Amino acid sequence: MKNQPVHQGRLKTPFYSRLSQLDTVNEWHEWKGYSSANALYCEDMEYFAIRNATAVFDLTPMTKYRIAGPDALDYLNRLVTRDMAKIRPGRVAYAVWCDDQGQVIDDGTIFHLREGEYRLCSQERHFAWLQAAAIGFDVTLTHETEDVAALAVQGPTSFSVLNTMGIEGLEELKPFGLTHCEFEGSDLMVSRTGFTADLGYELWIDPDKAEALWDALFEAGKLFGIRAIGTDALELARIEAGFLAAHMEFLPADETVRTGRSRSPLELGLDWLVDFKKPNFNGRRALAEEKRNGSTWRLVKLDIEGNKPAHHSYIFGKEKGNKGEIGFITSAAWSPVCKQNIALGTVRTPYGKPGSSVWVEIYYQREMHWNRKMAQATVVDKPFWFPPRRGATPPGPY
Amino acid sequence: MTERYDAIVVGAGHNGLVCSALLGKAGKNVLVLEANEQVGGAAVTREFADGYSVSACAHLLYQLQPEVRKELELAPTLSCEDMATIALAENGKHVRLAGVSVDGVSDEDAASYRRFRKRMTGFANLLRKYLVKAPPRLGTRDMKDLITLGQLGFDIRRLGKNEMREFLRLIGMNIHDELNERFANPLMKGAISLDAVLGSHLGPRSPNTVMTYLYRLAGNAGRVGMPEGGMGSVCNELAHAARVAGATIRTHMPVKRIIVENGRVTGVETVEGERFDSYTVISSADPKRTVMELVGARHVETGFARRIHHLRSQGNAAKLHLALDGLPMIEGLPKKDFAERLVIAPDEHYVERAFNPAKYGESSPNPVVEMTFPSFRDESFAPTGKHVLSAVVQYAPYALKGGWNDEARDTFYKAVIRTIAKYAPDIEQRITASELLTPADIEREFHITGGHWHHGELTLDQFLFVRPVSGAAQYRMPLDGLYLCGAGTHPGGGVSGAAGRNAARAILRREKAA
Repeated sequence: MKNQPVHQGRLKTPFYSRLSQLDTVNEWHEWKGYSSANALYCEDMEYFAIRNATAVFDLTPMTKYRIAGPDALDYLNRLVTRDMAKIRPGRVAYAVWCDDQGQVIDDGTIFHLREGEYRLCSQERHFAWLQAAAIGFDVTLTHETEDVAALAVQGPTSFSVLNTMGIEGLEELKPFGLTHCEFEGSDLMVSRTGFTADLGYELWIDPDKAEALWDALFEAGKLFGIRAIGTDALELARIEAGFLAAHMEFLPADETVRTGRSRSPLELGLDWLVDFKKPNFNGRRALAEEKRNGSTWRLVKLDIEGNKPAHHSYIFGKEKGNKGEIGFITSAAWSPVCKQNIALGTVRTPYGKPGSSVWVEIYYQREMHWNRKMAQATVVDKPFWFPPRRGATPPGPY
Repeated sequence: MTERYDAIVVGAGHNGLVCSALLGKAGKNVLVLEANEQVGGAAVTREFADGYSVSACAHLLYQLQPEVRKELELAPTLSCEDMATIALAENGKHVRLAGVSVDGVSDEDAASYRRFRKRMTGFANLLRKYLVKAPPRLGTRDMKDLITLGQLGFDIRRLGKNEMREFLRLIGMNIHDELNERFANPLMKGAISLDAVLGSHLGPRSPNTVMTYLYRLAGNAGRVGMPEGGMGSVCNELAHAARVAGATIRTHMPVKRIIVENGRVTGVETVEGERFDSYTVISSADPKRTVMELVGARHVETGFARRIHHLRSQGNAAKLHLALDGLPMIEGLPKKDFAERLVIAPDEHYVERAFNPAKYGESSPNPVVEMTFPSFRDESFAPTGKHVLSAVVQYAPYALKGGWNDEARDTFYKAVIRTIAKYAPDIEQRITASELLTPADIEREFHITGGHWHHGELTLDQFLFVRPVSGAAQYRMPLDGLYLCGAGTHPGGGVSGAAGRNAARAILRREKAA
């Protein structure tokens, strides 16, 4: 491992020059050492760019590790719960990784770049854990967050934008696929991935070419309603998609202190990601036991009556006469595109079976005074937003 | 067609033999595979020069547990029982420690020592009770774990308010501070310091050296014996017991790997390529060698592999064997006292200073020495009239800067001889042959990672509930079919058989539960 400089202060991504030009509200926050915009001009307009046109989000601060070497596949198969042998070169896998107790450390995407070479992306940093996991394996780990500039290009017109820009081969690119092309002499990797459950892509390029890529993208997107967005709009799309976020739906197991504050993949509705056919992976023993004995928690997607978002609410089994709460909301929003009051939450089993009803205690403020409302909620199975265009190959020319 | 056994024990060290004998007695078909030609692991007697033999690694018997003796009907003959410790003084005014009494010090010191030993023996007895039990797991709801844990708490409380407070104060403390609170005589403090740090990478000022001292006392109320025919005879007796119990012992069969198939252990493969099948493989090798080399880190989970990887197990004690054409002269030492345990540790600071260079990867220029003359009472060690000196010498760090090459070995050898010669001036003329085993040699010859005779430092963070590592303290490893039974598990090193017995019981108990 080569020594890397330790940065002082907050970093600017290679797209900062472009983002700051578009920025009118000056609302930024820190994301793993980088400045990241909450919004650039209007959260609502930015959100509608995701759902109705094309939104561009700077995801350079997302943690990226390169995993290479003869044992890369075996290494990943021990690290994550799903079977990585099924992920061929040119494919991307959503994956979750656990500690020995079967508790989720983080989730993320693993890009099979070329034979035996992978990129793992996640919200949190995990170098220490990845290194520990490498004991006994012939793999090289590289932290490459700074070495790769990345943009999410998401929305119904995103295919048309990239097509107009001259990127070829996207007609054939299925969800969770990736392709390489050339952009001004550099490798540009395009993956059909994203955090919005809509048609969308992510672009990965050398930081030196970041500004040129941005300019080409916005030039091509002029007629397709392209807009830069901040994290607030993306967060709303994330909840509509029913995706998990670390520190929201779960706490990384290595950050929890109290027992019972972490979650297993089975408790997060990720059973489909846990492949017990693999003889060994981190957490396998504990998860097998949990499967036999039953889980404590269940992640629920809730469709709540009314229009008051159920931020931070307790969840109850009945409307009245409850002895105690059965869980709580972890993410909530009014979904403009679904016209639904939606939320993600965590409840104790056996509560929360799909189709069942629970009650949510919502507090909201009207002219300083607080109101309380018990709202009925239905546990739903499917993501709130999952349009057919997300999976259509070739994508439609909106 | 490969041979199938109920259990395979890797390594015929004393713990492996105890474990296989007990499993054999329970009706199991057991195979023991030993890399060396002799059984016994580091508890062997072997010839180091023509006509001279010696206990090659462990040379004193502190703690062969009564439970082990009873269950396997062992009765090792001792050539010396309850040896006294003589702290050598250059001027011949040696201090003699035997049981609770000490000679050659002021009356005050003698009285203090009596009180000190009494209290320490009380604490050691508490500890002893737990040497022969599987340590309880923390954070489980298993009845047995909870009972053992409750019992431990109760036993500590039962010491009485003052003694409990004293126990809790002392258990993490260093021996240097405790000695200086109680005694004035430097020789006495030196000798007790040496007892507290012998075989470890610790100095008298290192934390928890009171605990390591208690550990030595716990074995057999502090009694030290020397088996007739050396440590090898104890292991031969153990091997005999194992064979009688039906175990098959095959020597000169180094194990290359423990085979893992579909997430569980299914057997072992020897270096020669021979394969033996069993769904239960018990390793008496150290935890690092077992998990990282024989099994392979990839077959266990990351957290466990990381803990094993970080186990502190670098030895710091070397073994010196001298063939002598006669007993050396030691001023003020009556001839009969050559039967005792002689230590060179003139004061507690000397011991700490000897340890200082070891912290930075250098051997001690003024080492501490524990020596015995096994041939004095037992003629099987040397030709008539000749003698053998067997000494544990510290400090010789495993990870010596520049490695243990001939020059480094020679430097340390000379330092030890120079040190002994201060007390026995004619020692050099008496030497006809010699052998120095550094931790690197011990690693190579006895297959112990780091050459540490406890298979892992004996410190509070690697003790009891967390030995070898947390989550694996009950002999069963987090890999189906894999067990440990060596000194790396609770309670630790020394020829006690406790780990081997505890492991056998854990295996049989589990089988009953299944």
